[in-house]
Amino acid sequence: MKKTLGIFGLLAVICAFTAIANPNFMTAYNIQNTVRWTALYGILSIGVAFVIMTGGIDLSIGSVVGLIGSMLAWMLTVKGVSVPLAVFIILLTSLAIGLAHGLLITKLRLQPFVVTLCGLLLYRGLARLLTDDQNLGFGADFEGLRTLATGSFTVAGFAIPVPFFLMAALAIVAGIVLNYSVYGRYLLALGRNESAARYSGINTDRIVILAYVMCSLLAGFGGMLFALDVNSVQPSGLGEFFELYAIAAAVLGGCSLRGGEGSILGVIIGAAVMRVLYNSINILRIPTHMEFAIIGTVILAGVIVDELLKRWVEKRRAAARAAAQ
Amino acid sequence: MTAAHGTTLLEVRDLSKQFPGVLALQHVNLTLATGEVLAVIGENGAGKSTLMKILAGVQTADSGAILLNGAPVNFARVKDALAAGIALIHQELNLADNLDVGANIFLGREPRRYGFIDKRAIHRAAQKLVDSIGLDVSTRTLVNRLPIGHQQMVEIAKALSVDARILIMDEPTSSLSQRETEHLYAVIRDLKARGVSIIYISHRLGEVKEIADRVTVLRDGKNAGELAKEEIHHDAMVRLMVGREMTRKRLRVQHGGAQPILEVRGLATPAYSKHTIDFTIAPGEIVGMAGLVGAGRTEILEALFGVTPALRGAICIGGHTLRPRTPREAIDAGLALVPEDRKQHGLVLEMAVRENISLPSVRRDQHRGFLNRRAESAICGGAIAQMNIKTPSPRQIAMLLSGGNQQKVVLGKWLAMKPKVLLLDEPTRGIDVGAKREVYGLMEELASQGVAILFVSSEMEEILTMSDRVLVVHEGALAGILPYNELTEETVMHLATGGHRQAAAV
Repeated sequence: MKKTLGIFGLLAVICAFTAIANPNFMTAYNIQNTVRWTALYGILSIGVAFVIMTGGIDLSIGSVVGLIGSMLAWMLTVKGVSVPLAVFIILLTSLAIGLAHGLLITKLRLQPFVVTLCGLLLYRGLARLLTDDQNLGFGADFEGLRTLATGSFTVAGFAIPVPFFLMAALAIVAGIVLNYSVYGRYLLALGRNESAARYSGINTDRIVILAYVMCSLLAGFGGMLFALDVNSVQPSGLGEFFELYAIAAAVLGGCSLRGGEGSILGVIIGAAVMRVLYNSINILRIPTHMEFAIIGTVILAGVIVDELLKRWVEKRRAAARAAAQ
Repeated sequence: MTAAHGTTLLEVRDLSKQFPGVLALQHVNLTLATGEVLAVIGENGAGKSTLMKILAGVQTADSGAILLNGAPVNFARVKDALAAGIALIHQELNLADNLDVGANIFLGREPRRYGFIDKRAIHRAAQKLVDSIGLDVSTRTLVNRLPIGHQQMVEIAKALSVDARILIMDEPTSSLSQRETEHLYAVIRDLKARGVSIIYISHRLGEVKEIADRVTVLRDGKNAGELAKEEIHHDAMVRLMVGREMTRKRLRVQHGGAQPILEVRGLATPAYSKHTIDFTIAPGEIVGMAGLVGAGRTEILEALFGVTPALRGAICIGGHTLRPRTPREAIDAGLALVPEDRKQHGLVLEMAVRENISLPSVRRDQHRGFLNRRAESAICGGAIAQMNIKTPSPRQIAMLLSGGNQQKVVLGKWLAMKPKVLLLDEPTRGIDVGAKREVYGLMEELASQGVAILFVSSEMEEILTMSDRVLVVHEGALAGILPYNELTEETVMHLATGGHRQAAAV
């Protein structure tokens, strides 16, 4: 909870800074856009948070986004597959990818880093192979489906993007699973000590596999939304680096890469920090080639401050305890 | 006694140390003579470790003095203590096991030649040290190829390489076999003859009797008493440690005629695939499993519990026959295991006491996949009360409890599962006398309720006092089963050593 407050503070500071430097930050249009993109990245981040909580990692998310986005565009525009069938196929494909990752990691005991790094390369290649490396767009068709990514509901005079509702629903489900279900308890236990979890009768392999399945499924779902949002799928580029954004958001949000720790709300705020930073860079007319350098610096600074703050609080608490004696 | 006692080498005067919330040491005094073996004993939390850390420069005292040869010294760092000739050998060995013996002995102090490490000089010097303590290995051997007992010797050689005059050994035998322990004694006696003084910390009172010239007892951070060589007796030590008499003798129960609850048939573990194990346990029976370290006892328990599934054979538990492939199958059949290494296998250290206790049972008590918090609280409260777990709150992180209370949490996990058979692997290792008695009490209570108990122990005393019957394991095979009336240290050791009677420690 405290960690979530910290990241929320960081978000507030960046927002305030940008809003003062350029009032355009606060326009309805800009806020809407930022919320929509936060939601899209947030969906990916929730997925990877589960994997990180097992003590694993998924580097293939960006490529899954690319592959699924390309498959969707290709099926709908080139092959003329019906919308429900196409959606079913891409979700099934994402699920199969996650299942493959999970099985390789648990049953064959391969390292998550290696398995998903190979996935990163493989799925990107498949996306380009499938589409012959051609850009594909939906044009003005499939409006109903595209509403999922680009539409909005007006609540109290403010148009809230549909992806925000999707993300909120997923986040609530994920939060409940993590905090109130047996699965969530097992996930947190095995993330901290897999052996002790196994000795307590937990089928750890199944828990881990399910985490990878959820991660890829959310990556695939996100990939569909990203493709619909940009409306022009570039198989070689869609989703590039998204895994790193998602991992950064999860870590900012309080997930420890050692596993066993994390909060869904924190992860969502982490995703928001990433998007707001990106937005600030644009809106403050900072040259875009500085983007990575700035994002990297801010995240590093945030993590350092968090660590220092934690130590400071611990020291004060220890001193208070000593004084109470 | 070979070395001349009398010349006081080290004196600790009025030492105090406070941690947030705890007075770890209060006006503690201690003396050590040249060539003396001083045992420092006390329950967990008595302040032994803190005292030793201060002597070795790991921590500094708040007040009091340390005098070396009569002159006050002040160790701000480990380096200072080493320079003064005091070396601490930790309970958990601190060796880089990917390096060879020589490299470990001179780690951080490598002799140089033209700026490069002079390996020849290292091995020449290291081999001399290793030979001098009767360790028969090449210094070019990688440490991870050595058995644990030899690794311990490497630590001793390392301490000698800095000309340590005082060696502090913290629970040196906790993972040694009987033979390795004997070797350690021989080395200690030899060091003594060379004028090296030794401070020996142990929970095993039998060892203390064997090796110590004098005993200093700590209780609650204070001096509780001292025993001279001729006063060192088990009961005297226990009395000073706990401040009360320890009187417990188990009432033996005959289970000869009862229908067994656990039947193990033709069990073969992956570690010793050639041997098969057969035995039965009756409800309410407490069966000890004795043997040397490495004899395959843990492997048998892990095969029964499905951690490392057996290659062949089956277990029949309450009429249900299976060969568990996972702990879950074993648990579902009515087994429970308290593993040897509680930090690795028994607990999720960063999780709360409550969540640790409920870990095996949350699945059973679930509401369609959701946690049943009420059942969880009830189970946790019950375990804390029944096990007398000392924790400020069920939400306390398990890591912050003492070793004994951690072990009680591990036991508490299984109470709510109502196992038919409870497997315990070294249930009292590294825990204090008070917690030990509580563990024994629980074993007896569960047995009286009809639970069958199989426990592995390397402490002869524990085997002799707790067991109704003893299985003795030697090199992966069941060397014999001793009924209560044939149970003596000699009969157990005879079987455990493969029938070759060795000079058993009495």
